[in-house]
Amino acid sequence: MSLRLDRLRKARDAGDLAALAEAIPYAQWMGMAPENSTGELLTRMRYKPELIGNTHLPALHGGTIGALMEMAAIFHLLWELDNESLPKIVNITVDYLRSGRPVDTIAKATVTKQGRRVVNVSVEAWQEDRSRPVAAAQIHFLVNAAP
Amino acid sequence: MADELKLSVFQAWFSDTIPQNKALGLQVVGVRRGVATMKLEWQPHLVGNPETGVLFGGALTTMIDACSGMAVATMLTEPSPFATLDLRIDYIKPATPRQAVIAEATCFKLTNNVAFTRAVAHHGDPDDPIASSAGTFMMGTKGSVLQAQSIGARLAKEAP
Repeated sequence: MSLRLDRLRKARDAGDLAALAEAIPYAQWMGMAPENSTGELLTRMRYKPELIGNTHLPALHGGTIGALMEMAAIFHLLWELDNESLPKIVNITVDYLRSGRPVDTIAKATVTKQGRRVVNVSVEAWQEDRSRPVAAAQIHFLVNAAP
Repeated sequence: MADELKLSVFQAWFSDTIPQNKALGLQVVGVRRGVATMKLEWQPHLVGNPETGVLFGGALTTMIDACSGMAVATMLTEPSPFATLDLRIDYIKPATPRQAVIAEATCFKLTNNVAFTRAVAHHGDPDDPIASSAGTFMMGTKGSVLQAQSIGARLAKEAP
């Protein structure tokens, strides 16, 4: 096991959520981090102007919302499951429900089905109002797969 | 338009003026009616697995969304705002660390309401893909038209 993943495991055992995001360069660059202040594991993408995809509306780039939902699923799996390695994405289907306004976006992952090799995760993303989601995703990951 | 000029116009409208595409460093490397090709250099901050240096899937999601949207724009004869409705991506094999990724998107059908796209990402050989994608875009969405969303109209006028 590598130092980075070992650090991740220690972070989980110590309940150190911030260390999860620090282990993944893309999460850091995008400003994505997990939080559980409300007792459930959520992943927040802090708004910054570089996330914009449509300058006229303005609206977040759809790709960033897809990426957030993938990250939320990975944080969830790392936190909830005893993985030997990072989950490997097989596929993702993103439904875009509303345009993402220039504010923070929050995503919540739920494991729909946990198999021995593959796990199916549903993710919902919203902004200020959780009852008005901006996007929903279904993602398959390989877990504990040989590298 | 000469090819190089055409590429620089598309680069300006589909990457340099779209903040997230610019931040990623997306390069427009090919365009014709219905088809868009982009290139993404490997960069350390785009890595999803620090053990292997493999890019985070979501970085490719953004690239494929952007490239598919550009393919839709090349089909428009009237300027029209549009937005991604859904996007499915299959990750076929991990991107090789330190190698650039090419995405090639095709808009194969445009109706009044919906545009249909498919895309493939690879390291130079489309028959050995990293990712493959199917997308739909909602046409005539709210808001004003971006320069990028009216470029098909210009292309159509200039076509021989």
